[in-house]
Amino acid sequence: MIKAILIFNNHGKPRLSKFYQPYSEDTQQQIIRETFHLVSKRDENVCNFLEGGLLIGGSDNKLIYRHYATLYFVFCVDSSESELGILDLIQVFVETLDKCFENVCELDLIFHVDKAGLAGAPARAVSAVKNMNLPEIPRNINIGDISIKVPNLPSFK
Amino acid sequence: MALKMVKGSIDRMFDKNLQDLVRGIRNHKEDEAKYISQCIDEIKQELKQDNIAVKANAVCKLTYLQMLGYDISWAAFNIIEVMSASKFTFKRIGYLAASQCFHEGTDVIMLTTNQIRKDLSSPSQYDTGVALTGLSCFVTPDLARDLANDIMTLMSHTKPYIRKKAVLIMYKVFLKYPESLRPAFPRLKEKLEDPDPGVQSAAVNVICELARRNPKNYLSLAPLFFKLMTSSTNNWVLIKIIKLFGALTPLEPRLGKKLIEPLTNLIHSTSAMSLLYECVNTVIAVLISLSSGMPNHSASIQLCVQKLRILIEDSDQNLKYLGLLAMSKILRTHPKSVQAHKDLVLQCLDDKDESIRLRALDLLYGMVSKKNLVEIVKKLMSHVDKAEGTTYRDELLTKIIDICSQCNYQHITNFQWYISVLVELTRLEGTRHGHLIAAQMLDVAIRVKAIRKFAVSQMSALLDRAHLVASSTQRNGICEVLYAAAWICGEFSEHLQEPQQTLEAMLRPKVTTLPGHIQAVYVQNVVKLYAAILQQREQAAEPEAAQDVTQLMVERLPQFVQSADLEVQERASCVLQLVKHIQKLQAKDVPVAEEVSALFAGELNPVAPKAQKKVPVPEGLDLDAWINEPPSDSESEDEKPKAIFHEEEQRHVKQRQPEADEEELARRREARKQEQANNPFYIKSSPSPQKRYQDLPGVEHIPVVQIDLSVPLKVPGMPVSDQYVKLEEERRHRQRLEKDRKKKKKKDKEKKGKPRRHGSLHTESDEDIAPAQQVDIVTEEMPENALPSDEDDKDPNDPYRALDIDLDRPLADSEKLPIQKHRNADTCKSPEKEDVPVTEKKIKKLKKKEKKHKEKEREKKKGKEEEKVGEDLDFWLSTTPLPAVPPAPVRAPHGPPQEEPGANAVIAATQEEGEEARREEPGDKDDNDERDPEKKPSKHKKKKHKKEKEERSKDKKKPKKKKPASDGAAEPVENGALDEDPLPPMSSYCLLAENAYVKMTYDIQGSLQKDSQVTVSVVLENQSSSFLKNMELSVLDSLNTKLARPEGSSVHDGVPVPFQLPPGVSNEAQFVFTVRSIVTAQKLKGTLSFIAKNDEGSTHEKLDFQLHFSCTSYLVTTPCYSDAFAKLLESGDLSMSSVKVDGISMSFQNLLAKICFHHHFSVVERVDSCASMYSRSIQGHHVCLLVKKGEKSVSVDGKCSDAALLGSLLEEMKATLAQC
Repeated sequence: MIKAILIFNNHGKPRLSKFYQPYSEDTQQQIIRETFHLVSKRDENVCNFLEGGLLIGGSDNKLIYRHYATLYFVFCVDSSESELGILDLIQVFVETLDKCFENVCELDLIFHVDKAGLAGAPARAVSAVKNMNLPEIPRNINIGDISIKVPNLPSFK
Repeated sequence: MALKMVKGSIDRMFDKNLQDLVRGIRNHKEDEAKYISQCIDEIKQELKQDNIAVKANAVCKLTYLQMLGYDISWAAFNIIEVMSASKFTFKRIGYLAASQCFHEGTDVIMLTTNQIRKDLSSPSQYDTGVALTGLSCFVTPDLARDLANDIMTLMSHTKPYIRKKAVLIMYKVFLKYPESLRPAFPRLKEKLEDPDPGVQSAAVNVICELARRNPKNYLSLAPLFFKLMTSSTNNWVLIKIIKLFGALTPLEPRLGKKLIEPLTNLIHSTSAMSLLYECVNTVIAVLISLSSGMPNHSASIQLCVQKLRILIEDSDQNLKYLGLLAMSKILRTHPKSVQAHKDLVLQCLDDKDESIRLRALDLLYGMVSKKNLVEIVKKLMSHVDKAEGTTYRDELLTKIIDICSQCNYQHITNFQWYISVLVELTRLEGTRHGHLIAAQMLDVAIRVKAIRKFAVSQMSALLDRAHLVASSTQRNGICEVLYAAAWICGEFSEHLQEPQQTLEAMLRPKVTTLPGHIQAVYVQNVVKLYAAILQQREQAAEPEAAQDVTQLMVERLPQFVQSADLEVQERASCVLQLVKHIQKLQAKDVPVAEEVSALFAGELNPVAPKAQKKVPVPEGLDLDAWINEPPSDSESEDEKPKAIFHEEEQRHVKQRQPEADEEELARRREARKQEQANNPFYIKSSPSPQKRYQDLPGVEHIPVVQIDLSVPLKVPGMPVSDQYVKLEEERRHRQRLEKDRKKKKKKDKEKKGKPRRHGSLHTESDEDIAPAQQVDIVTEEMPENALPSDEDDKDPNDPYRALDIDLDRPLADSEKLPIQKHRNADTCKSPEKEDVPVTEKKIKKLKKKEKKHKEKEREKKKGKEEEKVGEDLDFWLSTTPLPAVPPAPVRAPHGPPQEEPGANAVIAATQEEGEEARREEPGDKDDNDERDPEKKPSKHKKKKHKKEKEERSKDKKKPKKKKPASDGAAEPVENGALDEDPLPPMSSYCLLAENAYVKMTYDIQGSLQKDSQVTVSVVLENQSSSFLKNMELSVLDSLNTKLARPEGSSVHDGVPVPFQLPPGVSNEAQFVFTVRSIVTAQKLKGTLSFIAKNDEGSTHEKLDFQLHFSCTSYLVTTPCYSDAFAKLLESGDLSMSSVKVDGISMSFQNLLAKICFHHHFSVVERVDSCASMYSRSIQGHHVCLLVKKGEKSVSVDGKCSDAALLGSLLEEMKATLAQC
């Protein structure tokens, strides 16, 4: 089960955060800060798993992250998730964002938080109850003033 | 009005939107907080507008601010307003905000129920979708209860998009409202075979998540999942299923056997690393679960290890990490196969990634053996030197100590080497773990007697170099070792070569810069040293030399007396006075050494950390009982406390007195020793104290193998562990040669003997290496009949516990989900809406009460149902392992009853049937609670409600009364006393199993503190001439009775017996079992495995046994007051039964004693040949007996809160009585 999804930049500024357990705003910020400290210390070519599980829940939890340009994508998951699966999920998520915003960059996330939130929604709704069946994202959401094309996903390796 | 609106919207045109806000924040980097508070003020203004678009925009901005850490809960009501907007764009913003900031404590959340229900039934799938998504984040128990049925209906929606979301959200609903699990489960199961792969995978996910927490309830789904596993091509789903199987196999080893083949196929065929990894993981889990039963899966293990090796060798750090992680799991059960890859693991130690290094370290822990420990530690030591950054170095240090000290220093053959490693570690700069090293030094020195001499020499060298260790303030952590050094030198001063030198080292002025607690130890041990020196000098008849030492003490001690640390100061002044007194005596030529050393006579033995807690409460001692009757009236209350206070004061005075001279001290010491020797509750050394003391001077007797040849025991300067490595190698070599020589001789004599060993010159096994010292590790002391460890293993607040629900039992009518059909209609009017919460609340109350009732029922039925499930599974598991097994046999038996209610719920969506269902529902409640049939939601009803409540509370009170009654029974009552009876010798221990090696007897005791737990005490007696070690008890858990295992171990791990058995010795081990239902007796099968070692070698042995949990063993002797007893009988909610046994000749007195002893009862009252008795089960059932003796017969009438339990108890009692 995914406990939280955090996206922050190289300076630890939160860009998108989603907690699937209620925490007070202060705790949330605290978690983001600590996660940032853990993650930012690490070199580029080390493994992407961290046992910083104390932040959220118990020692069962892992932080799984990827670093793209100026952004860190961090998923906090418990032991029922496949580590490599989550890494792929992050990849898919980023590719989705990329397709939505055409060459996604940090600024896109900053200025289109609401849309990013929606683009992430399938991943998030899914993760809310720990699913990863991304292939089933509706292909085209087109309602009113929002139009988001969801790309064809790369076949799962 | 209209004008105002127009004006408002024109104003609003200049409102900031989200982009403006973000831009603004970026432009105000310096005063961000100020800018944001200004924006929040604006947002508050915007929220006051009537225009929904403006509100939505404001809420949208708030959501962003929430993410930045600002509290927006004040806008909760506005968020709800936006959620109820009809336009999807606004609704979406509302739900997004709600999902970010709503939680169970949000009070306005109850207002959303109807809005959400409306959205759920909206014709637009996106409205429904967004509502589901939002709901998943903030669902509360109330929402879950009210909406469960709506969501369940959506699980059959035409659009897979909705079906999928509905399935997923059901998990959250189950968590918040566990009652919904059973009614919803059949449909969830259907979704496993949904045509849409997304829905299917959603269902798999939900069930996997449920099953992970309570796997046993989902065992019956195994065939279905097996089919999915062999047919599905979706890797995501496969991963989940395979993970689920990993959780299920420990419960059912046969499942594991079935799985091995398809999993192995997958491992061979898949190209996806993630899937491969999960397969390997599950195969490991299977192998672990099989390890006890089937030894021959080496091919699978080899495959796993081989694949993992590929992962570890991969350049991808992630794979490397995971490979190591999985490797550590194999290590636990199959250390041998992992040890082959030691090179790889050591290589990983050099990795630049810290996570990987730490994983590799973990692996090392399990890879060490007697053979390679030295080599591995050497490697680690070199890493310690190289490591930069203190955290990693500290980690290395703790690992070295962990590795060496694991399992009672099992792998250490040469403690001299270990001590020198520890001493070498003290050279580390800036470590925080000085105390760890110190603890190890102390532990080894105390527990390994043979090493003391060496340890003392090393420690005195360390004290000599104290200035190096403690010189800079930076090295503060390491100076802790001086604590150990000082203590060891003092305590074992008889081994010191040059005590005078050490004494001087300890009295150096520099010492006063050490931390207080270390100085205190210094002071104390200086005296011990001093005593030793005195003794030496006096024996050598050098009174002047003795006086010199005293003079030195008198000169140097004042530096400690001036210490700022109170402890040091106090000790130092005490010691100074003592020494001055001695000086006076010495001046008169009085020999003092004898008396001074008497101060420190006796030996300290290690005591297990939990020993004190585990001292059993002696029989007849009730800690809760009053020692004196509590004062009856308020008058005496004033007096009594005074008396107590006075007494206490006296005691204080007494304690301060002992400033007497040594003679007095010595006399007291003697007296105390005497007293302790006679006191059964004083923790004595295990065999007998006298014996130990005899051993004390006999260190020489312990054969320290020819080490003296080459080891300079007095090592000047720095000890180097390498030196010992070489020596150790030489020693082993010698040993090996010797052994070979012996073997050759043997072989010459009996040529057939042990062909296996032939030519095994250099492949010595672990056991072959004899330790250098015949190390007798003094085991930590534990009180006899120590109580089981009292760690609570379960968190009562665990939300998943509530979901531990049997899913195979047919659904009862009362369990249907609440259906509130009328509120689904869009046409419903507002006043009605307001009415709703009232009725809802009422229903809620009812529900809660019902819940309890239901749970009880459930428990009862469970037993029977489990059997059924078991049978089905048996059938499936016993069939040949075809890849696609028809799931039919499992589903058929409970298919019909389950589907029926499920179908009901579907149909309920249509109006009429819904009403019918409603009618049914209150009906059930009436049955359950015997309440009036009136159910119109009106004010009138409220009053009724109250009345009913009162009535009911009366009813409820009755059972509650029992509790205070038994609490009251804790007061001292003469009736509970059994001790006066002249009991015939009785033992509750009965034979468990026996073979040539070992005899096991056992006894089962319940404990009232932990309901549903019993302690099985097993006495193991070594009947052979072999040395028994590595004993492990494994038990095949039943669904009802489970062995409590240490945290982290799986269901099929055995529990190690915490001791070893030399020939002819017996000892007792205790195991805790958790029991669910106690109403019937049960049997558990188990195996004791152990290694029997004698001169000819060692063999693995096994002994099967069957534990019989009689109902009696669930009873706990509980004293009871006679009036409480009477009340209990009057209460009338006990069921009754009786037995009669003829042909009894035993006296009534002894008969009662026998019942008390064997069946854990206490006598409440006895009149002539008639007695009432009471006991209580670990789950709180009261059991009352009336025992009457007639001519040659005895009749027993029993009353108990559970009829089944009583029945079984009386049967057991009958068996006991029949033997009288």
